[in-house]
Amino acid sequence: MSASDALFEPRKQRRALVARLFHAACVLITGGAVVVLGVLLYRVWHDGSELLSLEFLDRFPSQITPEKAGVKSALWGTVWLIGLTAAVAIPTGVGAAVYLQEYAPRNAFTRLIQLNIANLAGVPSIVYGLLGLAVFVRWLRFDRSVLSGSLTMSLLILPVVIIASREAIAAVPNSIREAAFALGATRWQTVRHHVLPAAAPGILTGVILSMARAMGETAPLIMIGALTYIRFVPGGTHEAAPGLAGWVGWFGEAIRDPFVVLPIQIFNWAEQAQPIFHKLAAAGIVVLLTVMLILNGAAVVLRAFWQRKQP
Amino acid sequence: MRQPLRKAREGLIYGVLLGCALVSVVTMLGIITVLVSESVPFFREVSVWSYLTGTRWSALLEPRTFGVLPLLAGTVQVACGALALAVPVGLGAAIYLSEYASPRLRTLTKPILEILAGVPTVVYGYFALTFITPDILQRIFPAAEVFNAASAAIVVGIMIVPTIASLCDDALRAVPRSLREGAYALAANRLEVTARVVLPGAFSGVVAAVLLALARALGETMAVTLAAGMTPKLTLNPLTSVQTLTSYIVQVSLGDTPHGTIEYQSIFAVALTLFLITLTINVIAQRMIRRFREEYD
Repeated sequence: MSASDALFEPRKQRRALVARLFHAACVLITGGAVVVLGVLLYRVWHDGSELLSLEFLDRFPSQITPEKAGVKSALWGTVWLIGLTAAVAIPTGVGAAVYLQEYAPRNAFTRLIQLNIANLAGVPSIVYGLLGLAVFVRWLRFDRSVLSGSLTMSLLILPVVIIASREAIAAVPNSIREAAFALGATRWQTVRHHVLPAAAPGILTGVILSMARAMGETAPLIMIGALTYIRFVPGGTHEAAPGLAGWVGWFGEAIRDPFVVLPIQIFNWAEQAQPIFHKLAAAGIVVLLTVMLILNGAAVVLRAFWQRKQP
Repeated sequence: MRQPLRKAREGLIYGVLLGCALVSVVTMLGIITVLVSESVPFFREVSVWSYLTGTRWSALLEPRTFGVLPLLAGTVQVACGALALAVPVGLGAAIYLSEYASPRLRTLTKPILEILAGVPTVVYGYFALTFITPDILQRIFPAAEVFNAASAAIVVGIMIVPTIASLCDDALRAVPRSLREGAYALAANRLEVTARVVLPGAFSGVVAAVLLALARALGETMAVTLAAGMTPKLTLNPLTSVQTLTSYIVQVSLGDTPHGTIEYQSIFAVALTLFLITLTINVIAQRMIRRFREEYD
């Protein structure tokens, strides 16, 4: 052993030890996150499985006989809310992304729009609830309806949809645009026939993930007043007249119905003190997480399918 | 011959797309207008000074006093507790994923973090109320109340770990490989490279991640409402119930508060307070992100 080795050896060993301890700490921490997810899922399943059944999906909530309660109104409320939100937020969000990515001039105003979207993404969701309460419920007099709820939710997830769509559109190689322009296509033709189809898998994934987020949001909907024991589904109490006009009339009335969604129903149950309501909340959480998991799975499958179809 | 028609169509489409982009601007203006216009009548009754410095919040019971400090204290207490938990964990996970993990382990761990990020906040509230408080906190501290700030801080912390982890991971991975290789060539080990080269290089990105997570923690609503309860008080004891800005807003809107009363207006004043705080934090975070992008692009 030479003199210089002896000089450095003690420090070298300590350095190696500290580095190994740090590595172990990082592994522990990351593993901890996985364990927490496991515990959470196990607890929810453990508390809720007793009340879970197919009838649970087809029964209305009940204060008097909680053991016979179900999530029918909340499940259908969620379907209506997400459907309408998708119908509003997806075209608007993708349109805004196309504008910013393909059309917008590079000037101060465009930068302002971009900065504004980044800031909107950070506004607490409950503030959107107050916006919806003041604008949709009171000012436009849509009342505490599915329509108010889904418009509020659309504004809330719009920044997410825009940011995800922009990333997907930006990933389309420029050569595709140049080839279309060279053949005399207009800007819109280029976007419509080449850019959007190429960006579709990315946009779709982003959109589905943002819908999953909308599905779990509770606070803004509590603000606009979707919180009562509701024993019907939107549109369930109206008769549709035959024909298209009748259907449109029915739809118009259905979207003005009051509603409840899964996370609010869960909140409602979790707030009660009796243990039976906690079991109901857990069963509701299992339903909500299952629906979200199906949506996330669909995003993965659709992306894989689309990518295979494209050369 | 079809040229003018084509031009008109292109112009129309441009207008529609611009309109879509302007929705976001209108939304921001709408938020500011609504919050300010509903807060103005409130601040005519309650002076801004007594609102900001008052130490008692009693909006629903006589005698009414509107001092926001108890709500602010509850909010800050929960958010700081959450950060104290989430920053070490989130940063540790990010360091592990970006510096240590094999690509295969990475593709396995990242989705789990994403699932944690996607769990609805009301589920975390349920988790706090039925597991963390009775099965953990009350076993260790029998004095803990059913609703307490500590359980809220823990679940909000769990909730923002994925935010911090994924943003820090991006920041760490943006540090050029050449810097790491330079340090390795000088005989540094992996910890030394991470702590002395990669982390300082990604510093502004890490700060931005923490700030964005802080803004999320301050604005978090459902988990906090379920876990921390609805008792506005100035206390440092994390085992008692507190009320946050957000849970006060929920409490009022759960009741039947008629439009035009001072309670109704007070939720807009509280929301304006929250909005200004989170907006400030977000603007600073955006600036940090821009600076950090400029460093390596």
